Amino acid sequence: MVPARKSRRLDCEANVNATVNGERRTLPEGTTLHELLRALDLPPTGIAIAVNEQVVRRASFSSHTLADGDAVEIIRAVAGG
Amino acid sequence: MNDTPLRIGSYELPSRLIVGTGKYPSHEVMQRAHEASGTSMVTVAIRRISLDDPSGKTLLDYLDRTKYTILPNTAGCRTAKEAVLTAQLARELLETDLIKLEVIGDAETLYPDTVETLAAARELVRDGFTVLPYIVDDPTACRQLEEIGCAAVMPLGAPIGSGLGICNPYSIAIIKERASIPVVVDAGVGTASDAAIAMELGVDAVLMNTGIAAAQDPVMMAHAMRLAVQGGRMAYLAGRMGKKLYASASSPMTDLIGSTK
Repeated sequence: MVPARKSRRLDCEANVNATVNGERRTLPEGTTLHELLRALDLPPTGIAIAVNEQVVRRASFSSHTLADGDAVEIIRAVAGG
Repeated sequence: MNDTPLRIGSYELPSRLIVGTGKYPSHEVMQRAHEASGTSMVTVAIRRISLDDPSGKTLLDYLDRTKYTILPNTAGCRTAKEAVLTAQLARELLETDLIKLEVIGDAETLYPDTVETLAAARELVRDGFTVLPYIVDDPTACRQLEEIGCAAVMPLGAPIGSGLGICNPYSIAIIKERASIPVVVDAGVGTASDAAIAMELGVDAVLMNTGIAAAQDPVMMAHAMRLAVQGGRMAYLAGRMGKKLYASASSPMTDLIGSTK
């Protein structure tokens, strides 16, 4: 869902449509990866992110803004062989 | 035991048993099994995080990275492109250049797709990864992966999770004889004797998951695998006796009681 803090200003702001782990999300324009993680209640550690099949370094989470049509993948380590 | 430690790329591994983290009845059993196995390297998979239930401990909370080197895999990938992105995400997540490259060509047999595996290996080596590809027990494919610059080759003993053992020991032996990078038998080991057989063929290590995790007592099986890998390795280094068709008595055949002179 849209981060609540910003969604109140939706009327005067444009939105972007992105997919996050295959799910469609509508986000306020200018949403950074850091803000997306907070909105999803995800910690910034123990995960890694790719946008449009390019890895985004952790250090860039707070500067990387999402654009319309972006495909975001947020991953973690799970049990496997 | 007089043996050199296993080196894969720039990594030195005291144990020749690499184990997985999948299919254990609980994280606690997994931790005890890892301990009992004596392993120094464990594998993990990379998946999307659940957006519905993001909280709670993750697998990494149950892996002591001071004891174990983490080997992320690209399990589930079906194309080189997917595998390369998965490896790059794993590198960012785990701060490691190690990758167990796995590109699956068939959903039922889980046999690797050799063409895609070679393509992904080329790209990952170029990108600076230490690449350990899971591959068919094919000496040609293994040679090509070595030429590309992989740090090891990991031919299967049998299909993943099958527990069928080392189905084609002759091709594994040929792969080992011709490789100048470490050979790790990956997949197929079902019980201790399978691990010993693999090591007696001279391979450098064995990687297993289900063989331990799906045992009735995974912790005891982990210990059994540790001993089997050590036993098989020692037998290989010791050099086995030659096989003979006829008997050769171990006791003297002279001065038998009741014999006439």
